[in-house]
Amino acid sequence: MIMSHYNYWIVVVLMMIGFYIVIAHGNLIKKIVGLTIFQTSVFIFYISMAKVDGGTAPILADGIEQYSNPLPHVLILTAIVVGIATTALALALTVRIKEAYGSIEEEEIQQQDNLN
Amino acid sequence: MGTALAIVWMKDLLSVIMLSGIYGLLSASFFVAMDAVDVAFTEAAVGAGISTLLMLVAITMTGHKEHHSRHKPFLALAVVMVTGGLLIYGTFDMPSYGSSMAPIHMQVAPRYLNDSMQEIGVPNIVTSVLASYRAFDTFGEVVVIFTAGIGVLALLSVVFHPKEIAKIHLFNDSMHEKELILRIVSKILIPFILLFALYVQFHGDYGPGGGFQAGVIFAAAIILYAMVFGLSTARRVINKSFIKFLASSGVLLYGSVGVVSFFSDKNFLDYNILSADPIAGQHLGILLIELGVGITVASIMVIIFFSFAGRREFSKNQDNKTGGSKAS
Repeated sequence: MIMSHYNYWIVVVLMMIGFYIVIAHGNLIKKIVGLTIFQTSVFIFYISMAKVDGGTAPILADGIEQYSNPLPHVLILTAIVVGIATTALALALTVRIKEAYGSIEEEEIQQQDNLN
Repeated sequence: MGTALAIVWMKDLLSVIMLSGIYGLLSASFFVAMDAVDVAFTEAAVGAGISTLLMLVAITMTGHKEHHSRHKPFLALAVVMVTGGLLIYGTFDMPSYGSSMAPIHMQVAPRYLNDSMQEIGVPNIVTSVLASYRAFDTFGEVVVIFTAGIGVLALLSVVFHPKEIAKIHLFNDSMHEKELILRIVSKILIPFILLFALYVQFHGDYGPGGGFQAGVIFAAAIILYAMVFGLSTARRVINKSFIKFLASSGVLLYGSVGVVSFFSDKNFLDYNILSADPIAGQHLGILLIELGVGITVASIMVIIFFSFAGRREFSKNQDNKTGGSKAS
């Protein structure tokens, strides 16, 4: 029971590390890195569900009976590339925030907003 | 996991980003261990390559020191602990790792595994699902990537006066003359990276690979070139409007392959009619749309990198004008 669920626990721990970075840190770049970790933990979650004991990569070949589930692979493959595109968008926004406010610390940005 | 933990403690964003690159590479090796070779491929190129690069370019503009945060982390820690505890409690209802009886393996997956060879004729099932069974989804993903690229362009694109461009060129060229070893090594490497990207692109039916991976690897080669030889040199090789044209033509190619099947009263993206033989039609369809995906992904990644780097030149230039008072 304990050994058969360790993959989920690794995912949960990684996800919580990412979550913690997102909510506890004020630096926007650091938040984006935290989101990336969170994202990757979801990827690992999907891929670990696709794994079948004794299975192999889902590329058909003679003499192999058991394959891992290909569907999560497809979903995550595209999700990774979409993830980098959206991360790039987030970084672009951060760069513009830096130009407008002179800071990427959440608190300093809020202070400036309150002054206006 | 240790790497992820270290990211929490690091205050210097440069080391945070380097660690996140290592983290990307490690998760790629996880994916190999769990039989997802296609995914590992993508993660290695994206997580350890391009995302690290983009973040590095971003911190050159935003500064790389994290300020000490003033609010207390205990509340956040408590929230995280409670959420994590609940999630772990939830995992007890999940099927155990590697079980072949898990519900996920009972639904549509056996059909893909058993019938894909007869219906699609492609040994790599990830490719056949991605490009044929679920091609409509993939089209959506490509459009998302395209839109994100447009978003980055809208946020970061800058227009220079011709006079300033000449100045920037001079500055760039002088900066990149020093690293002789890097230049020679990358000159040798880049053709092989490009060749490998093409192999991954066109061999995706039979082995791990496909448009997404190939696009990212191709873009990585061009970005490497731009980093070592300077942005101006890279711009001279790859025209800005040409690459924008490429990005949109990739999406267009994908979409038009789908529309072709309308003319013979079939569904969107039904490749069987592309050729007299359904299997050959499937092959052709997959080849074409993977090509569309590859072109779009590669050019969008290059566009994103160019806009970041171009923005950096712009802000540097502004700094020089104001006597470097804003330099951080």
